[in-house]
Amino acid sequence: MPFIPHTAEDTRTMLARIGAASIDELFDEIDTDLMRADFGPLADGVGEMDMLAAMSGRARRDQTGPCFTGAGCYDHHIPAAVWDIASRGEFMTAYTPYQAEASQGTLQVIYEYQSMMTALTAMDVTNASVYDGGSALGESVLMAVRASRRRQRQGGARDSAPVHIAVAGACHPLYLDAARTITRNQGIEIGEPLIAADGRTDLDALAAGPAPAAVVVQQPNFLGLIERVDEVTAWAASHGALLIGVVNPTALALLKPPGEWGDDGADIVCGDGQPLGIPMASGGPSFGFLCTRQRLVRQLPGRIVGRTVDSLGRPGFTLTLQAREQHIRRAKATSNICTNQGLLVTAATVYLALMGAEGLRRTAARCHARTRDLVDALTSMESVTSRFSGPFFHEAVIDIGRPAGPVAETLAASGVVGGLPLGQLHPELDHCLLVCATEKRTDADIAAFRQALAEALAR
Amino acid sequence: MSERAPAVGTTTIFDIGAPGRRAHAQLAPDGDVSDLPADCLRASGPALPAVSELQAVRHYTNLSRCNFSIDNQFYPLGSCTMKYNPRGAHRAASLPGFLERHPLAPDALSQGFLACLYELQETLKVVTGMAAVSLTPMAGAQGEFAGVAMIRAYHDARHDDERSEILVPTAAHGTNPATAVMCGYQAREVAVGADGDVDIEALKAVVGPHTAGIMLTNPSTCGVFERRIVEIAAIVHDAGGLLYYDGANLNAILGKARPGDMGFDVLHMNLHKTFATPHGGGGPGSGPVAAGERLLPFLPTPYVARDTDGSGHDVYRWLTVDDRPQSIGRLSAFMGNAGILLRALAYAQMLGREGMRRVGEYATLNANYLMERLREAGLELAYPTRRASHEFIVTFREEAKTQGVTAMDIAKRLLDYGCHAPTTYFPLLVPECFLIEPTETETPEELDRFVEALIRIRDEVEREPELVRTAPHTLPVTRLDDVKAARELDLSFRTGG
Repeated sequence: MPFIPHTAEDTRTMLARIGAASIDELFDEIDTDLMRADFGPLADGVGEMDMLAAMSGRARRDQTGPCFTGAGCYDHHIPAAVWDIASRGEFMTAYTPYQAEASQGTLQVIYEYQSMMTALTAMDVTNASVYDGGSALGESVLMAVRASRRRQRQGGARDSAPVHIAVAGACHPLYLDAARTITRNQGIEIGEPLIAADGRTDLDALAAGPAPAAVVVQQPNFLGLIERVDEVTAWAASHGALLIGVVNPTALALLKPPGEWGDDGADIVCGDGQPLGIPMASGGPSFGFLCTRQRLVRQLPGRIVGRTVDSLGRPGFTLTLQAREQHIRRAKATSNICTNQGLLVTAATVYLALMGAEGLRRTAARCHARTRDLVDALTSMESVTSRFSGPFFHEAVIDIGRPAGPVAETLAASGVVGGLPLGQLHPELDHCLLVCATEKRTDADIAAFRQALAEALAR
Repeated sequence: MSERAPAVGTTTIFDIGAPGRRAHAQLAPDGDVSDLPADCLRASGPALPAVSELQAVRHYTNLSRCNFSIDNQFYPLGSCTMKYNPRGAHRAASLPGFLERHPLAPDALSQGFLACLYELQETLKVVTGMAAVSLTPMAGAQGEFAGVAMIRAYHDARHDDERSEILVPTAAHGTNPATAVMCGYQAREVAVGADGDVDIEALKAVVGPHTAGIMLTNPSTCGVFERRIVEIAAIVHDAGGLLYYDGANLNAILGKARPGDMGFDVLHMNLHKTFATPHGGGGPGSGPVAAGERLLPFLPTPYVARDTDGSGHDVYRWLTVDDRPQSIGRLSAFMGNAGILLRALAYAQMLGREGMRRVGEYATLNANYLMERLREAGLELAYPTRRASHEFIVTFREEAKTQGVTAMDIAKRLLDYGCHAPTTYFPLLVPECFLIEPTETETPEELDRFVEALIRIRDEVEREPELVRTAPHTLPVTRLDDVKAARELDLSFRTGG
C-alpha cells in the first residue's frame, strides 16, 4: 500500500473503535448502485524504481539540442541554489498561509517578492501572483473593466454595453486567446492586435478604432521588437483608457520600466515570471505577475501580503485586504482565484536575490547580444533576411523565403528547437521564424543552428 | 519550531545587503547594448537586494524554518487533502528531458511528454467515469471556471438563452459562486438541511427554466456523502440544467465510486489534493476538467490525442480549436501546469488500481476513527448521526458561548502543540467550526496525538482560557494585527521601509 502506513492490526483496532465490521461498512451511506464502478482498466501499481525507469525513458525521448525558441518561455541559466531552496519541504509541502503565525516563512518570501516586482516594474503594488502570463492578462483586463465601469457608473452610465479592449501592437497571441476565454462571458471584447508594417503598434489604427476601456501593449512585443510604449501610454491617457503593459521581467533590467512609460506610466502591468529562475518545463508551472497603482489596489485579484505587528509589537507578515477574495466575498469577489503560484514565486524571489540588479542587467544584455549574433549568423545566408528593421531585445523574426512550418520540422528531426514558425499565429508571416538566443547559447550552438538551417533550406 | 529563527520580520533580504555586493558566480558575461535607442532604456537599476550567495541561501533557509508543512507537522486542513507528497513523483517531474522541454517544441520532439499526458488523461477518465479529460486548467478554481464556461457554451450553442442562474448549496466553497459570476451567471443559493444533505424541497423550489446548472461537491463540504445525489441529478436534468462536480473531495471516494455514475456532466479534479502533488505554499495546483459526452465538444484546449502511424506505432499530437471548434478555448499561454501533471501521473502509476481504492478507503477510515475518538472525548460533532467522509466537522459553539474562547483561539493553540490547525469557520453554515481532514497517509499514532492535544486544550479552556485566547506562544510571532495590516498597507519594502 504505497504511502498508507496502516498495519493489519491498526486497521482492526481502528474499525473496532468505530464499531464497524469492515472498511466497506464506512461507505454504507452511498447507494450500492454507485459502488459498482469498474476500475479494471487501471494498471497495477509499481514501485518507485520501476516508475522512474519508465518516466526516464519518456523524458529521454524528448531531450533535444540547443533551444532557439522563446515566444514567452526562455531557456535561461538557473542558479543551483534556487531550486535547492525552493524544493525544501518546508516551502514545497506547506499550504496557503492562512495560519499566519505558522507560515511566516512563506509570507515573508511573498512580501519580499512583492518588493522586488514593484522595484522591477516601478509600480506601486502587486499581488502574490496568478497562474501564468496568459491568465495574468485576463485578470488585468477584468481589473481594468471593473475600474472603468466603476468610473462610468459614477458618471451615471449603465454597464450593459460591451466593453472594448484595444490591443496596440503584437501581443502574445496565446495570451490573448487565454484572456478572451477568461473574459468572454462578462461583456468584454478584446480587439485584434493593431500591427503596422514595421512590426510595431499601428497608432493610426488605434486612433481609428472603437473607444477602448483599456489599451494593452507588450514590451518587448511578441515579435521581439521594442515597442512605442511612451506613445501608446500617452494615447491611452489622453483618451481616458487604462494602460495595461505586458512585460518580460528580464528585459526590465535594461528597458524603461512601465511605471515610467509616457507621462504617468502604466496603470496595470502583467507578464509571466518564468524567466526568473523557472525551468521551461513545457510551459508550467510558472507564475503570472500582476502589478498596479495604489489607487487600484482593491481591484487586484488573489492573495496580497502585508507587514504588520504581532501582539507584542514585533514585525510580522499576514495575508491582507482579504475582503476582495472569494472565501469572504463569494459571488462579489474580484475573481474566483484561490491560490497563487507560491512555490514558483519562492524560486523567483531567491533568483532575484541572487542576481541582484547587476546580475539581471548582465543576463539581459547578454541575451540581447547573443540574439544579435544569431540574427547576424542566420542572415549571412543568402535566402535569409530580417523581417523587421526596428530594434529588438532578445527575439527576432527572420524570413527564410518559404513556408517556415516544414522547415521547423526538418530542424526538429536534427534535434534543434529552431524557433517558432509564425504562420499559424500570424498568416502574413508564414515564411518567418521567431528566434531567440539566451545567455546560455554558445558560439558553437549558433553555428550548429546556422548549419542545420542551411541544410534544411538546401533540401 | 520552538526556537525563534532570527530572520523573521525585522530582517528582510533588503536589510542584509551592501551596495556593490554581488553573487559573482551568477553574473553572465556582459553584452553590448549600445545599439538600443537610449530613450527606451532604464535610467537606473531596480532596487533589488545586493547580497552574497551565502547570505541569500542562509536567509531563505532560515525563513523556511518558520513554516509549518506536511514534511514537518500533521496538517489536517479540511477540504485541502494535505497528504504526503511522494519524493519519487518530484524526481520524475524533475527529469532533465521534462524540465528542458520548450512548451512550443514540435510534436516530433515531444512524444515522451505527450505520451505521459495521454496516459494521465486516460487514467483520470477511468477514475471519474467521464468520457474525456482536458488537463489544462492550472488550479481547482480554473477547472471550475472551465466547467461552468462549458455549461454556458452548451446552452449558448442550443440558443437556450433564458438560463441565467447557477445553483450553489449554502455550504459550498467560495469559489463556486465566484466562478458562476465570472461566467456571467447569477449564483443562487440552495439550502442545506440539518443532516448535511441538500434540502430537496428547497432545490425543487428554485430549479426551473432559468437554471443553467448546479455546482455540487460530493462528499460535500459538510464532510458527508450527498445521499440523494441521483435524485438531485434527475431534478436538475429534468429542468434542462446540467450538473457540475467540484472535485475538492474526490479523495474520499477515489477508487470506490465515480462522479460520472452519479449523473454529473462535467467536473474538475484537484491533482494537488487527490493526486498528492505538493501545495507549494499556495500553488501551483492543477485542476483537470472531465466531461461526459454532452459537454465533450466544449473542453478547453489543448489536450492530447493518440493516432497510429503507417507502421502501427502510437503517435501523439495536440488537439486544438481546429479539431474542437466548439471548445471554450485556451486557459493559459501553453498547456497548464505540466510539472504537476507529471507528478500526478507518477503517483497514479505507483498506486495502480488497488492503491487508488485504498486511498479512498483509508482516508475514510482515518476520518471516521478520528471523529469517533473526538466524539468519545466529548467534542460536539456537527453531524453526529452521519458517517464521516474523508473529513468531518466539530463545533466549539459551547466553548465560545460559555468561555469566550473561539474556534480560532483553539486553532492557534493547536499550533503550540505542533499540529497545523484544521480549516476554521468553513463551511460558513456551522458556527465556530473545524473542518478536519486527516488523509490516508497519517498513522493512527499521529491521530491519537492530535486527539490528546485537543483534549488538553479543552482542559486549558476550562482552567486557563486566557492561555488559549492569546495563543500561539511558541512560534516566531504571536497573533498578528490584521486590522493594522489592512489599514496601514505595507505591501513592499520600498513603500514600507
